[in-house]
Amino acid sequence: MSSNKVIHAIYNDDDVLMDAVHKTRAAHHHIEEVFTPFPVHGLDKAMGLAPTRLAICAFIYGCIGLTVATVMMNYIMITDWPQDIGGKPSFSYIQNMPAFVPVMFEMTVFFAAHLMVITFYMRSKLWPFKEAENPDVRTTDDHFLMEVAVHDNEAELVKFFEGTGAVEVKVIDKH
Amino acid sequence: MYTFSSKLKTFSFVLMIVGILGIGYGFLTAPKDIQEVEAMLKAEEAEHHGGGHEAAPSHEAKAETATHEAHAEPVATATSSETAVDSVAHDTTTTVAHAEPTTPAAHAEPAGHDAKASAGHDDHKGHAEHVLHQLQNKPWAALYVACLFFMLIALGALAFYAIQQVAQAGWSPVLFRVMQGITAYLLPGSIIFFILLLLFGFHFNHLFVWMNDGVTEVGHENYDALIAGKSGYLNFPFWIVRAAIFIAGWNLYRHLSRKNCLAQDEATDNSFYKKNFKMSAAFLVFFIVTESIMSWDWIMSVDPHWFSTLFGWYVFASFFVSGITTISMVTLYLKSKGYLENVNSSHIHDLSKFMFGISVFWTYLWFSQFMLIWYSNIPEEVTYFKTRIEDFNLPFFGAVAMNFVFPILLLINTDFKRISWIIVMAGIIILFGHYVDFFNMIMPATVGDRWFIGIPEISAILFFLGLFIFVVFNALTKAPLVPKRNPFIEESKHFHY
Repeated sequence: MSSNKVIHAIYNDDDVLMDAVHKTRAAHHHIEEVFTPFPVHGLDKAMGLAPTRLAICAFIYGCIGLTVATVMMNYIMITDWPQDIGGKPSFSYIQNMPAFVPVMFEMTVFFAAHLMVITFYMRSKLWPFKEAENPDVRTTDDHFLMEVAVHDNEAELVKFFEGTGAVEVKVIDKH
Repeated sequence: MYTFSSKLKTFSFVLMIVGILGIGYGFLTAPKDIQEVEAMLKAEEAEHHGGGHEAAPSHEAKAETATHEAHAEPVATATSSETAVDSVAHDTTTTVAHAEPTTPAAHAEPAGHDAKASAGHDDHKGHAEHVLHQLQNKPWAALYVACLFFMLIALGALAFYAIQQVAQAGWSPVLFRVMQGITAYLLPGSIIFFILLLLFGFHFNHLFVWMNDGVTEVGHENYDALIAGKSGYLNFPFWIVRAAIFIAGWNLYRHLSRKNCLAQDEATDNSFYKKNFKMSAAFLVFFIVTESIMSWDWIMSVDPHWFSTLFGWYVFASFFVSGITTISMVTLYLKSKGYLENVNSSHIHDLSKFMFGISVFWTYLWFSQFMLIWYSNIPEEVTYFKTRIEDFNLPFFGAVAMNFVFPILLLINTDFKRISWIIVMAGIIILFGHYVDFFNMIMPATVGDRWFIGIPEISAILFFLGLFIFVVFNALTKAPLVPKRNPFIEESKHFHY
């Protein structure tokens, strides 16, 4: 019977973890999740996760920011209250455009950065006062934890993970 | 070990020979005397006949450059009397036309031929003489831009290499020999460049107006108060000594650092590596100071009245991205020939990121320089961009398209940064764009509206490209392409992310 049992293999080095992830994938065990104290380069690829679509969001948010800035500056500086600054003609957006480029740039960055962070939090189901999902507090300090599903092969898996350089292998009953 | 394929060698020789022929053609066809120019101007006028509106801007522009070259004051007064120079865009053409006939200062000038030229064609001689100088400058300027550009590519690659050494970068040691191959061009390139500088100093041409006789002599017809005020710094002996020191310093670092890198291959400890680390740190300090001064001396001083405080950075960004692009393209070439087996797509990706990033950095500086001058609209500053937007409209905005719009569209995608043919295409556009950028820095002050990218310009590019290919790939055959005892070589070989 396939239970709710999972293996927690704990490592204390990111290179060892990466090797272990490669081996686990090669042995066709299903990795549910990996918890790390810091982002490990290449881990997503090694785990076979789909590439992030956050970059596409960032591009769209940037375009929105650019549009907002253009419309905003056009309204403030041209339509609503034309001002003569440095003798520049104040009735044309395009002729004043160089002066608005810094604003357009900053708004692009502002929108892209903030909305991207918010998207990331929502997508990762993170919000203030949320209870942490880490199964082991040491993964917030200096340990790495790989969670692998058990399918009636507990003994085999424990043996396998002990051979991958794990400092600790636990079988946990997940509810 | 890399072997220089005979095909590429022949190609480089063909480029050099075609280049030399074209450069010679450029010098031979430059007008010799005033009669030739007058005949040419007559022919041009006949062409423009009836289209008075069309002819006007070119004359004004000439007049403006002429005044600007010879004396600052009249231009300053002329333009400031017309401070309605609002947008840099179109109405500027009329500014000079209005200002000159009505400003007595311009007429009162001893060599105020320019004002007369635009006022009524009654004195054609002064104008023709000016055009003659521009056309005689043209082949020299073409040679100068190409020579400077290729030398700076090597210098940009050298700066990038030094940064890798100082940062103790783990990813790049597999590319060190490629970078050293490119920097090998620095020595021949800078020697030719130095000879060119000497020729300027001995008055073979008039690229640098501040070198003309009498500019610092009160009462002389060439006297220029602004240049006279700068002559403590801007005089030929000091200028050429500075150039000699800079070029010697860069070549010394390149030579010693290459020597240490080769010695490290056979060493038993890391002492040569450590020496290189320390030397590179010292070089970078020397480099950024000399680079800044170099950009004033060799580029900004063709417009001796004009100055911009971020010019050094702007020039740096331009040749730095060109150097990185060249590293990337040579790497891709060698890889396509089956060399550099340790270079993987992550290395290529990193180089593309630098190409992308420094292109954006260049744009940032280009825009910063433009916007402040455009906004403040101070006559002696804004004239720099007026000349470029009126007479160099296509290359001026074309450079922005090639150096910013194309790279950002082509290289923003992560996957594209690893696809060879896209990188090569983007690289070719970037290199052409930065050539045009240097063209825009030198030409307006030396040939004015007589510019054209024709046989002299293209031939100069071909000649230096041929020499560059020959020197670089020849240098690559001299040592194994893997610096095998570099302490980071294992990390570099396994670099991935």
